[in-house]
Amino acid sequence: MRRGCRKRGSPVRSGRDERLPVADETPVAGAAGHAAGAMPQVPGISPATAVGSTLPGRALTGPRSRRLRERTVGAILFAAAAVSMLTTLGIVAVLVVESAGFFAEVSPVEFLTGTRWTPQFRPQHFGVLPLLAGSILIAAGAALIALPIGVASAIYLSEYAHARVRRVIKPSLEVLAGVPTVVYGYFALTFITPWLRSIWPATDVFNAASAAIVVGIMIIPMVASLSEDAMSAVPRALREGAYALGARRFEVATRTVVPAALSGIVASFILALSRAFGETMAVTIAAGMTPRLTLNPFESVQTMTAYIAQVSLGETPVGTLEYRTIFAVGLALFAITLLMNIVSNFVLRRFREVYE
Amino acid sequence: MSADVHARSGHFRPRPRLRRTIGFVFAALCLAATLVGLVVLALLLVDVWGDGAHRLSLGFLTRFPSRLPERAGIRSALAGTLWTLGLTAAASFPVGVATAIWLEEYAADNRFTRLVRTNIANLAGVPSVVYGILGLALFVRALRLGNSIIAAALTLALMILPVIIIAAQEAIRAVPNSIRLGAYALGATRWQTIRQQVLPIAFPGILTGTILALSRAIGEAAPLIIVGALAFVPFTPTKLTDAFTVLPIQIFNWISRPQPAFHELAAAAILVLLAVLLGMNAIAIFLRNRYSRKL
Repeated sequence: MRRGCRKRGSPVRSGRDERLPVADETPVAGAAGHAAGAMPQVPGISPATAVGSTLPGRALTGPRSRRLRERTVGAILFAAAAVSMLTTLGIVAVLVVESAGFFAEVSPVEFLTGTRWTPQFRPQHFGVLPLLAGSILIAAGAALIALPIGVASAIYLSEYAHARVRRVIKPSLEVLAGVPTVVYGYFALTFITPWLRSIWPATDVFNAASAAIVVGIMIIPMVASLSEDAMSAVPRALREGAYALGARRFEVATRTVVPAALSGIVASFILALSRAFGETMAVTIAAGMTPRLTLNPFESVQTMTAYIAQVSLGETPVGTLEYRTIFAVGLALFAITLLMNIVSNFVLRRFREVYE
Repeated sequence: MSADVHARSGHFRPRPRLRRTIGFVFAALCLAATLVGLVVLALLLVDVWGDGAHRLSLGFLTRFPSRLPERAGIRSALAGTLWTLGLTAAASFPVGVATAIWLEEYAADNRFTRLVRTNIANLAGVPSVVYGILGLALFVRALRLGNSIIAAALTLALMILPVIIIAAQEAIRAVPNSIRLGAYALGATRWQTIRQQVLPIAFPGILTGTILALSRAIGEAAPLIIVGALAFVPFTPTKLTDAFTVLPIQIFNWISRPQPAFHELAAAAILVLLAVLLGMNAIAIFLRNRYSRKL
């Protein structure tokens, strides 16, 4: 994901056009097949030896079999590429079809505006707002931690750190993103929560704050790394111009580099938020299983992801309305994160400062 | 301090001492922010080590889970993790690399190709639970694989596919074009060029990216909960359709219990999981350093 974003952010895209002056597949097979007539302009090299040097010890195959092989390979590779398209179609199809069964019994208006979520109890209520609020509470708390720390780290790495220091610190920060999320859940439950309770004794054992803190830590590397990429892409000439006007380093960083890299920084924020929104295990472990419409971070809440995990862990019979709720919640989750990813991409493209 | 204040006040006030102080404080804050992540990482490791290290033993690795904490082990979870690792790699690596080759070497720059690229970038941002839901509907139910290890591995394979594709694309893109042109000039076809010239050069990069993607799959629990990993598995899998558990699921199960003894077991299992991940990352770094100086 991170790499993908860097690709999108990189100024130069390698298009096909710049690479190959080749019209179709089997570019030179025809030339080799046409024997001597095709390449008389290369003195001293016959086509046979030319091909032979690429394929040592192999008989020169005819143009037709080579063309056939090229076609087959192309088709196989295309089939592989189709898997990713089919994955998306599969996700959308599954979520929409299964949610349709849910929305046949529960009106979308109740789902989207209801303030109570009690599918397992009678009377059943299917208002997704408590789950949504739980997810937003956690993502907002995580953002509160990750955005300032991430951007400050990015400024340090891009503007202050020696190249050698950066080479050590950047991969170390990446380790934070590689730690499994159950481990963060454990850390939240056994370390952060007791610590919070010692400061604020009214804190629940399962609480949103603890989950938000670990999710925030989890997404720091994403913000730091993507923002640092954006800042490093700001041309040196801009910095030198600012220095020439007498700016100090912090002024160059905050008034020249950060504004110039703003699109990349904002894009990294949105991507990180989307990641926080979709995070499951840490919030399931640390934030609890109580769907509750609250802004109090010291209470237990339930996120959309945690609800899906809870139903999957339980003994809910397949095909019931309760069971179908996970698809409806999944659809909402998918739509929200997809929207955030698209917005992030849009910000990156639309507002990017392009320098020559 | 801002520029328009200077303009309005009509005279320039450099205030060098104040700005130097601000600059110093700012630099210190940025450095502190950078260290926050590393400090937390250290705290986390110390916390887990302190809780779980005394539970680590050979018996812990070779015993099956148990209701009694002192008899519990991670044999089935570790076996499940290794099975998933192998199966996920076998499923995702060929498809991911083939997709990357197609995108970088075959696809024309048209609307469809751009759609495929955008789609892959978006797939990389889909939450893992959503992949779990897809796996549940597609592999567990539609293909009738049940709550099996193969269903889990295929689900994880789909989840890490975008990561592998993007890593492989970068590795393939890094191969200098002169090598392709050289091969073409000698009469090689496109596939011959790719197979004999491009892929060998790109391979270390592809492998590194794949290992890092697999290490993400190994740490993942959420999609497997949805696909139906069992919490209590007193056997090691012997065939693809067997029920299974993996380390993250076992850890989650132990964390969910109230008794402190199980939390210690969870911490010990976390140490094993982190060791597996560390090993995989070490291999990736080794490969990168070993082969990256070739060009």
